[in-house]
Order: sequence, then structure tokens, then C-alpha cells
Amino acid sequence: MHRFANPARFMRIAALVYPWAVGVTILTLGAGLWLGLVGSPADYQQGESVRIMYIHVPSAWMGLFCYVSMAVCSAMALVWKHPLADLMARATAPVGAAFTFICLVTGALWGKPMWGAWWVWDARLTSMLILLFLYLGYMALADAFDDPQRGQKAAAILALVGVVNVPIIKYSVDWWNTLHQPASVVKMGGPSIDKTMLIPLMLMAVGFHAYWVVVLILRTRSEIAAAKVRTLRMAQVHAAGQAE
Amino acid sequence: MTRKQRRLYFVVLGVLAVGAAAALVLTALRQDIVFFFSPSEIVEAKIPTEGRRIRLGGLVEEGSVAKEGATVKFRITDGAHVVPVVFSGLLPDLFREGQGVVTEGKMGKDGTFVAAEVLAKHDENYMPKEVAESLKKTGHWQGEQKK
Repeated sequence: MHRFANPARFMRIAALVYPWAVGVTILTLGAGLWLGLVGSPADYQQGESVRIMYIHVPSAWMGLFCYVSMAVCSAMALVWKHPLADLMARATAPVGAAFTFICLVTGALWGKPMWGAWWVWDARLTSMLILLFLYLGYMALADAFDDPQRGQKAAAILALVGVVNVPIIKYSVDWWNTLHQPASVVKMGGPSIDKTMLIPLMLMAVGFHAYWVVVLILRTRSEIAAAKVRTLRMAQVHAAGQAE
Repeated sequence: MTRKQRRLYFVVLGVLAVGAAAALVLTALRQDIVFFFSPSEIVEAKIPTEGRRIRLGGLVEEGSVAKEGATVKFRITDGAHVVPVVFSGLLPDLFREGQGVVTEGKMGKDGTFVAAEVLAKHDENYMPKEVAESLKKTGHWQGEQKK
């Protein structure tokens, strides 16, 4: 793990992975969208509205996935002081927030025709809204200090505290009765979703993860560049101070 | 113990402590987190219903839906107990016999639940129409009709 904490090595690996990640994103999202919107059957109960699932469900997974990776990076940054871990946690936060937001919006659009309500305060919906607030709080806190290192440390602690919300979201539909239906794909006894619908769903999920890799590489690169600029500026100011 | 190890233990213990605290709070607030009560909980008077606005959820009993103008009468069941419901208003598209619903309203004095809002609850099964029909034909159907 420590071998990957070196920014120069990260840049080398990122340069290798990047074109593949872009290719996988375009191919899987293209195929997934076509299959999901055109090439898959309508649901026996929900009719055509079921197609919202192909965006809603992978977005929800990404919201959780990005949060867990952000928390793992934050823990590594706190314990081992890897500078790269901090940068990657920072780079993941807005992506996760965006996916969580998409999940909530598509969920509302789906809830109105199916349930008869845009929003209800059941355990699943409420815990997902808290996830969005955790992301926003993390981003605000990380930028709230003059010293970026202090902001990073405070935000990393917030990310770790918030990680308790992740199992609550996943199991909310099993622990309490909710309006939201229980899990269809990741559950005991295998998925209760027909293959013709599972394939586009999985393609979309792979595409969203590949997209995350693309954005993570781009954002971590720019964070590394920004950190370098900051160091150079500090050195300049320091040199100017000594010359006087 | 090195400083790194100390920080690692601190992080692990911290996350465990926060997790335990969250578990205790959620267990204590169980009654408030559940979105609806089942007919059994209401019939067996496990929760106070007097004058309170509550949510009642379960399956719409087969053959119980009767429409009189804008008023709909049906019964909600959880397999053990049944509560009759009366509702005036628009029903969601997914409302049908054998399907899950969540209704919000007050318990009447005669034991009829007067609903102000009816929400449809759909299950976690997704399949094309043809698959659902062939499952019904071959007797492998385990969908909403299971009681």
C-alpha cells in the first residue's frame, strides 16, 4: 500500500490507467444507456418508469462507494500521513456528492409516479440525505482553514465519523420498515431482478465506477499540481524574506 | 508503541465508539424510525392510536376493494390481522389488490382507519411482463400474492 503513496509513482500508474478507464467508461455507459432505455423490457408492475432504475441505483451505489473510499483514504492520511491519501479523499468528495444528489433527484422523480410522493421521511431516504450533507460538510470543512493541512485533518475526522452512516443506509430497509423497497441485487439468495434488466444495470454500474477512476485521476493530478505550486510559492516568499 | 500504531489504534477505537453510540441511539429510537405500523401492532394495541396521526402499512387484501363514488374502502392485512380502511381521494397507479400500501391517517372509533393519504409500496422484484406471466402459469410465482 505504501508503495502507491508516492506521487511520482501515482502519476506513472495514472498515465497508464487513464486511457483504459476512458475507454471503459464510454463503452459501458453507451451500451448500458442503450440497453437500459431502449433494449430492455418494461417492468410487469412499473411499466416504463422502471428505466429510472438504471441511473438511480448505480448512482446510489456510487454515493456509498465514494464515501467508503473517501473514509479509507482519510484513515490512511490520519494514521500514516500519506500526502497522496489526503489529495485522493479530497478528489473523491465532489464526485460522491454529485452521485448522491443524482440518486436523490432521480429517486424523487421515480417516487412520485410509483409511490405517490416525491419525498417521505423513511429511514432509507433520510439516511441518504444525511450522506449528501456529510459530503457537503466534508468539502466545506476541508477548505475552512487557512492552513490546508489543518483543514484536511478536521475533514478526515468528519469523514471517519460519518462512515457509520454507510451500513445504516445499506440495511435501513431491513432493520426498519420503510416505504423504499428492500435490496434487489446485493442480498441473500441472489438478485430478484430479471437478467434482461440486470445486465444494463451492471453495465451502468461498471461505467459509473470507470467514470470515477477517470475523474479521480484528473482531480488528483490537479491537486498534486496545486500542492506543488503552493510549495514553490512558499519557497519564493521564504527566499525573498531571507534576501532582505 | 510507535506513533503510527498509536494513531491507528486511536482511529479504530474512535470509529468503533461512534458505531456503538449510533447503534444504541438507533435502537432506542426504533419506534420513531419505523415508517409505518402493521395491522397486528394496531389490533394488538402495541402502540397508542387514540387521536394520533399514524401510518398503517401492509398488503391490500384480495377482493376487499370497494369503490363508492370518490370513496374507496379496502382492508389492509399482514397475514395475521386485518384493519379496514376508508379513503377519499386519488389512489396511486400501483395501488392494486395484493400489493403493498402505506396509508397515513387516524384510527376511527369504530375500528376503521380513516386515511388522508395512500402511498403504494412496491416490492424488490423486477421482471418483464412475459416472465411474470410464465411464472404465474408454471406455479413458480412468489410475488405479492404470497401471504
